[in-house]
Amino acid sequence: MMAQLSNPKKWIARKFFFFALFLLGTALIFGLTGALEYLFPGLFKDYFSFEKIRPIHVTSAIFWIIFAAIGAVYTYIEEIGEKGIFSKKLMNIQFYTLASTVILILITYFFGVFGGREYWEFHPILAIPLGFSWVIFFVNVFKSFISFKKQPVYVWMWMTGAIFFIFTFLESYLWLIPYFRSNIVSDLTIQWKSSGSMVGCWNMLIYGSSIYLMDKISGTTQYSHSKIAFSLYFLGLFNLMFNWGHHLYTLPTASYVQYISYAVSMTELLILGRIIMLWRSSLSTAKKNYHLYSYRFLLSADIWIFLTLLLAILMSIPAINVYTHGTHITVAHTMGATIGINSFLILSFVFDIFGIKKVSPKRFNFAYLLLNSSLFIFWSALIVAGVLKAHWQMTENTKVFSEMMNDLKPAFMVFFFAGIGLATALFIFIFKILKHVRSLK
Amino acid sequence: MKDINKLVLFLVLIISFIFYSGFLYTQNADLAAIAGTSKDLGKKIWQEKNCIACHQIYGLGGYLGPDLTNTYSQKGSNHIKAFLRSGTQVMPNFHLSENELENLTQYLKSIDESGIGSPRKLKINYDGTIEQP
Repeated sequence: MMAQLSNPKKWIARKFFFFALFLLGTALIFGLTGALEYLFPGLFKDYFSFEKIRPIHVTSAIFWIIFAAIGAVYTYIEEIGEKGIFSKKLMNIQFYTLASTVILILITYFFGVFGGREYWEFHPILAIPLGFSWVIFFVNVFKSFISFKKQPVYVWMWMTGAIFFIFTFLESYLWLIPYFRSNIVSDLTIQWKSSGSMVGCWNMLIYGSSIYLMDKISGTTQYSHSKIAFSLYFLGLFNLMFNWGHHLYTLPTASYVQYISYAVSMTELLILGRIIMLWRSSLSTAKKNYHLYSYRFLLSADIWIFLTLLLAILMSIPAINVYTHGTHITVAHTMGATIGINSFLILSFVFDIFGIKKVSPKRFNFAYLLLNSSLFIFWSALIVAGVLKAHWQMTENTKVFSEMMNDLKPAFMVFFFAGIGLATALFIFIFKILKHVRSLK
Repeated sequence: MKDINKLVLFLVLIISFIFYSGFLYTQNADLAAIAGTSKDLGKKIWQEKNCIACHQIYGLGGYLGPDLTNTYSQKGSNHIKAFLRSGTQVMPNFHLSENELENLTQYLKSIDESGIGSPRKLKINYDGTIEQP
């Protein structure tokens, strides 16, 4: 049932991973370039200003996650062996449509052609092939299962991620209709409702795959059919649907948006409590599987889930959110989630799927420690910068914005150098993965 | 958990989500809204120049430049236009025409009229909620 996939012929979705790794490289390079602008304001102003660098970095990072998440779902569907992927042809059409659109998006950014909104800054016309490629994914995932009966939780999660992405993606383009965009508060509410839920969609794909991988490592399918797994899935879905309002607490929206989101986000305490409760047994599992490279990333992701969730719960309390909102604490939360959770889980899938076992333990440990320690310093520097900015924006003072930014420079310096460490470690992993794949070919 | 229970729970959540989404779509939105007004064209320029990469509105957006929610009432139209005409040490000059400058300023004016952006001015309640002054 859960066959090993070290045979290159079985890497059916490998192109999704290779393209994802290319995007990870782009995200790292442009992330560091963007960070330089914080240290030397106006550095590339005349030919490559920040409004171009930021979307190249962000889009690359988002699509690194999306491509790898899709690749993992396809590979694991094939591996489960019920009947495999419904259509490999559709999978290829999806890949080429999505990949060529993303390349086109990055080129348009480079030339300063925009028209969209934060995180989806590209011209709205490019949303058509993106949406089309996702419809193909939805068809392929749903048609790959004979029946919905007695499916493990990860299949539910993959299906949920596939279908909800389409809804949230369409919703994020309602602004094209004047009715939705004419009122700024209403417009921002819908924008952040769709953005918040959309993140939940690719998290469904990634967390689903990580549950499958944990089943595979532990050699039992008990958890993925258990009551607790489905309870946590429904809790996640509930949060995906209703826990996006923390982005909007400071806006003059209707107060029920704040109350609903505040109440729903507190249900995340259940997940936090469970992590603390299972701490001891997690440690013994860690000792047993520590030799597996893919498990090592799952372990790091677990720690980052704890840290990110703790920060998220605090930020979901409106009285605390009023301090953190619009500061670098929000960025710290995003970085913790995209690097510490999503990217680490994806790396565990890549090491598992490509059967990477031959990396020298010394080299792996060096890169692994560099990655984790750099991320922690990176994250802490952002929190420090956020606390300083929160102090500035919450107190009456005469300092103008540029003076406040100047005060934040030491934190940005640490952030930049930790970013170099982070990028170095990730490039080592990219290189090791590609070297391994080439050696097997 | 039985499959039927899972499906029922899933459907209950979906229906609640659809109702909540539909309800939100009707809030504040203007049925008589039309495209092509000055503030609407200003919004288009805001997006085409990707201003949100550096600036924030109600604390949402980039971190390199200041929040612009209430910049219209704080600095005035002439100040905004002067900044846009010359650029700054960090912000490039986008070479906007006089019409574009006016539309973008009208868009910032409409944002300013919608509420208070500074978190310092928000009221914090004992139950942990916050509200606009």
